[in-house]
Amino acid sequence: MSTQTTPSHAAGAGPGSTRIRPSGALPRSAARSTWLVARREITMRLRSKAFLISTGILMLAILASIIVGGLLSATSSAPKVAVVSGTSAVVDGVQGLDVTQVESVEAAEQLVRDETVDAAIVPRGSMTDTTGSTDATDATDATDATTQSPPPGQPALDYEVAALSEAPTSVVSLLSVAPQVHLLEPGDDGDGLLSYIIGIAFGIVFFMSAITFGSTIAQSVVEEKQTRVVEILLSTITARELMAGKVLGNSILAFGQIAVIAVISALGLTITGQSALLGALGAAIAWFVVFFVFGFVLLAALYAATAALVSRQEDVGSVTSPVTMLVMIPYFLVIFFNSNETVMAVMSYVPFSAPVGMPLRLFLGDAEWWEPLLSLAILALTTAVVIAVGSRIYANSLLRTGARVKLRDALRG
Amino acid sequence: MLEVEGVSRSFGSRKVLHDVSFAVGDGRMTGFVGGNGAGKTTTMRIILGVLSSDSGSVTLDGTRLTPADRALFGYMPEERGLYPKMKVAEQIVYLGRLHGMSDAAATKSTTDLLDRLGLGERANATVESLSLGNQQRAQIAAALVHDPSVLVLDEPFSGLDPLAVQTVQAVLAEHAAGGAPVLFSSHQLDIVERLCDDLVVIADGVIRASGSREELRSTHSEPRYEIDVSGSGDAGWVRDVPGVSVVDLDGGYALFGVARGDAGRDAAQSVLRRALDTGPVARFAPVHPTLSQIFTEVVK
Repeated sequence: MSTQTTPSHAAGAGPGSTRIRPSGALPRSAARSTWLVARREITMRLRSKAFLISTGILMLAILASIIVGGLLSATSSAPKVAVVSGTSAVVDGVQGLDVTQVESVEAAEQLVRDETVDAAIVPRGSMTDTTGSTDATDATDATDATTQSPPPGQPALDYEVAALSEAPTSVVSLLSVAPQVHLLEPGDDGDGLLSYIIGIAFGIVFFMSAITFGSTIAQSVVEEKQTRVVEILLSTITARELMAGKVLGNSILAFGQIAVIAVISALGLTITGQSALLGALGAAIAWFVVFFVFGFVLLAALYAATAALVSRQEDVGSVTSPVTMLVMIPYFLVIFFNSNETVMAVMSYVPFSAPVGMPLRLFLGDAEWWEPLLSLAILALTTAVVIAVGSRIYANSLLRTGARVKLRDALRG
Repeated sequence: MLEVEGVSRSFGSRKVLHDVSFAVGDGRMTGFVGGNGAGKTTTMRIILGVLSSDSGSVTLDGTRLTPADRALFGYMPEERGLYPKMKVAEQIVYLGRLHGMSDAAATKSTTDLLDRLGLGERANATVESLSLGNQQRAQIAAALVHDPSVLVLDEPFSGLDPLAVQTVQAVLAEHAAGGAPVLFSSHQLDIVERLCDDLVVIADGVIRASGSREELRSTHSEPRYEIDVSGSGDAGWVRDVPGVSVVDLDGGYALFGVARGDAGRDAAQSVLRRALDTGPVARFAPVHPTLSQIFTEVVK
């Protein structure tokens, strides 16, 4: 604490010198202090009704979206069709159709008009009197150019498909004979929507956790400054231990929340019979958790350091807004550029967006095996640097109350 | 013994502490007095290591302080602060544990302290729900929970009602009696006078005087006497006695100062002799200067 050494005392001083400790005192250790601070952060947070309610709502929303999504995909994946005795052979062996057998063409037509079924499969020519009927080939050509239609040379079929107002493309494509498809550029596949949804899911989870627990850290730092309890704390433990405890405590909470979200998602996907998707997502989710651990600690350190610059809760929002921007960037990038491979590749290496970008690329199979490891190394290194700089800013700003501390002063000390 | 030696500190171009040196003896209640902005809080923060000094050192029993030593100190900062939403007892146990106590020891110490400070019934109330005076008591409990080896209190009595002042005085005196050096600052000089064994006076970042209260009395103020001759009329004649300066005169009552040493004593005796010659003397006694007199004298 001082630059001068008093020669008469220098000889007697040293870390080995012992002094009688008061009753009940244990040897002081940085790990113990850090853990005590972390435990207080966790206990206080778990006691907050606002936190518990908002977490509950988040969990319910995730569960509900999985279940609703499952139900919707279940209904759309099995179109209902009505068949008569003459056409029942057509649907034999066709997977994915919900078949209703009726007595007559009229009965089948009635079911279509009732919207009980999506389409009726009737003998060719039996419904020529019905206005508005279209040729199945034209309909598929008009509505979905990518669906394979019967080659021109093929003989006409002995049945036709009747529907109410729109050509039932799903039924038609199920009944069609699809030729072998060979893609020259497999990257441009039909996974666009799924990758979009999964990208957004990773983005939202990361964004929500980082914002929630990041702002919790920021508020907790300023609370200690504002109430001046920080002076007592700093006379007892070091600023580094205090900051480490805050980051650790909130990280544990955030990881806990992520773990619960992962379990709920897995359960939801299993219950609604979407376990195939779960299998495909498993590895990406595991990588996401690993990246999240480092990415979150990085952001937590940034939140703690920036919040230490101000002394009032009212100023927390403005001083931490650059960090909040850093959290929002990957979220928006993944929404707007999830199909752009170049942007996604860059994103998966930039430390702030890697926790979202890399797992998504892994899910899409765009990344080589070594890419997540390299990205993780970059992220870990950045986190270490940010912790070092952040704890310096934090320690130098804690006792400066009143006006906002200039970043340059906080770095210089 | 806690020793501050040659400590200086500047904030920017403003030097707030100039070569500050003083000692706080084991078991001595040491009052730290000085005007606003004299450097008391800065000195205390440096002792606690919350602030660093530009030069100089702080030692305990001759060895430089380490963070481990300081963790055993008790500190009450001038700007009070506890977590508003935490329960009183829970919070004090937490601070005790940060100081290195086991859970059981911290809990026991907290219960004892809160009872002694008259806060036992509010142990499970949140700090923000306490009255200001009770928050102050909780703050004192926070400084004492780990049975500190050294106690440093910045304005421990401000905001306390007279009854609470007595309670806190008793707790602090008891702690000093246990052998710990206790340093406390206060604006309320009458409390410091009652409580302290030693005194350190600081003004403009410079230590103006330090030592035992009696020592400072004898060195830093002129001896004073009072005499009451109301039975025989007016005491105005005291003014004419050589070597005497009258401070206060009210009918038959006079308060006067004399020079230090034998000459002064002789002058006082001559006042008494003349009074007895004039008539009955109801009272004649030396008057101990109050701390505020000493303080005024020292910082002049």
